[in-house]
Formats: sequence, structure tokens, C-alpha cells
Amino acid sequence: MSEDLLTIAGKTYASRLLIGTGKYKDFEETRDAIEASGAEIVTVALRRTNLGQNPDEPNLLDFVSPERYTILPNTAGCFNAEDAVRTCKLARELLDGHSLVKLEVLGDQKTLYPNIAGTVKAARELVDDGFQVMVYTNDDPIVAKELEDMGCVAVMPLGSLIGSGLGILNPHSLLLIMEQAKVPIIVDAGVGTPSDATLAMELGCDGVLLNSAVAHANKPVLMAGAMKKAIEAGREGFLAGRMPKRVYANPSSPGEGLI
Amino acid sequence: MNLTVNGAPHTFNGTTVTDLVAELNLTGRRLAVEVNREIVPKSEHDTHTLREGDTVEVVHAIGGG
Repeated sequence: MSEDLLTIAGKTYASRLLIGTGKYKDFEETRDAIEASGAEIVTVALRRTNLGQNPDEPNLLDFVSPERYTILPNTAGCFNAEDAVRTCKLARELLDGHSLVKLEVLGDQKTLYPNIAGTVKAARELVDDGFQVMVYTNDDPIVAKELEDMGCVAVMPLGSLIGSGLGILNPHSLLLIMEQAKVPIIVDAGVGTPSDATLAMELGCDGVLLNSAVAHANKPVLMAGAMKKAIEAGREGFLAGRMPKRVYANPSSPGEGLI
Repeated sequence: MNLTVNGAPHTFNGTTVTDLVAELNLTGRRLAVEVNREIVPKSEHDTHTLREGDTVEVVHAIGGG
């Protein structure tokens, strides 16, 4: 399996699990969970720096080093294209010119469903400005294709709502998206359990991005390791090709020579 | 001079972005600075002069998914 690499914007990754850094107990737990997950791409958010802080206050990037991981800044919390583009520009400055971003333009607080009009507008501006855009979107194959055609480097449909842990509710829509895609399709949002992640990979998704499923587990570091195995199992299952389903039984032991 | 920094009024006693970052006890931190909605690159922190009424945003990376 060592040859089976995920390529995003020309860079290759051995791990197909992308992991978030939100909602952990502390930075030590964040670091240990990411380590256990084997992820190489790690998302972060951008927020105003607390002023008047202790100069020794710990910083996330001291625990999740940009030298070791590909840091993927997101635009979480942005509900319009303008805020999302602004956030990406700040992220590029923060990370010394790094141009890979996770674009999400959200529709409302209740569902965090993507606002597609805003997503398309922001994606176009960011691609034109030289960003490598991995884009969170819904499971509409027409939208996915449009985002790919405008130059997004990965399309990331939801499996179910962000933070819901409801799993992959839309396998047939994901299959339609993957059937036509030429860029990686990464399920972003909805995975709650290792078996959810495996299902996404068995369907043929190129990767899975998750956060809450690990951070909100009782034992996040243990769950991070479980997710790593689940993604690997699902990928190998996809590459191996499943047996055909059939309605009637088919014995595994030969019928000849029965006594 | 009077600035707005991260949404709050701030009385600034220096000249440049570098001075402001120092005044905020943030020297050496990984952060990005925007003045009046324009990014001020790190290479210009020493030379970018702040003016009365400027709106400054200082951001950093936090946990997120």
C-alpha cells in the first residue's frame, strides 16, 4: 500500500485522514490525538488574538508544527464570501505565504450547511488570487463539478451536518460526485465513528476530514488511532473491490463429494 | 494616538506595527496583522506607520475543524 498516495495540489500524502484541531481539552491532547491519527494535513481556524495575554501563553502552532504538518487554515465562522476571502488572506500572511486553504462559506448557524452562492463566489476569487482551495460543499454533483472546473484542488462534500456525527447519509450522492471527479473528493463533516469513515473510503472517497468524532470521544487519542485504522481498512477494501451482492445464498464450501 | 485593535479602543504610544505588537506583548508570536482591512506583511511591520483612527486586527491560529 506504500504506493497508494493521496495527491493534493501536487503534494503527496501517505495518510488519507485529515484532522481538525478544535474542541480538544488542551494542546497536549490535540498534539497526541493528531500524532495517533497519522494525519499529515491538519486544519486550524483563525481568530482575533487575545490582547493583554501572558507572553508565555501557549500557542497551537507550537504543538502542531507547520514544519511537520501541512497546516490547512479554514474559514469556519464565515457566512459570506467577503469574510472568507479576507480570512484566507490573513491565513496566508500568518503562515508565510502558504496558499492551501479550506474554504467554507456557511449558510446558517443551525445547520452550518454551505451557502453555495457564497462558496462559488469566494472560490473563484481565491483561485484567481493564487490560492489552492479545498472547498467544503454540499453533496450536489453539479456544484462539485463547477467547483472543480474553476480550479479548486479538492472538493469536500458533507456526509451529514458538521459536528452531527450522523455518519454518511448520502452514499449515492457521493458516488455521483466521485464518478465524474478529477480532483480528490474528501468527505468533510458528519463522520461519527470509525465505521462511518470506513464506509466513506469503501465508497471510493479519496480521504476523510474529521474533528468532532475524535475530539468528542471519551478517549480522543484512542479514537484517533481507531480512525487511522478505519480509513486504511476502507481504502484497502475499495482498492480490493467488493464481492457482488446477491439475493440468494451461495455456499462457500463445494457441493461435490458430499457424503 | 487612538486606535481600534481587535474591536476595542486602544491608546497607542509608538509608531509602527512592530511597536504595537511589542506594546501588546506579542513580539515573536505567529500572527497576522491587518490595518484598515489591508494585510500588512511581516516584512513591513518595521516600516508601516500607524495613524490616528486606524483599525487594526491581530489574528492567530486556534483549534478548528
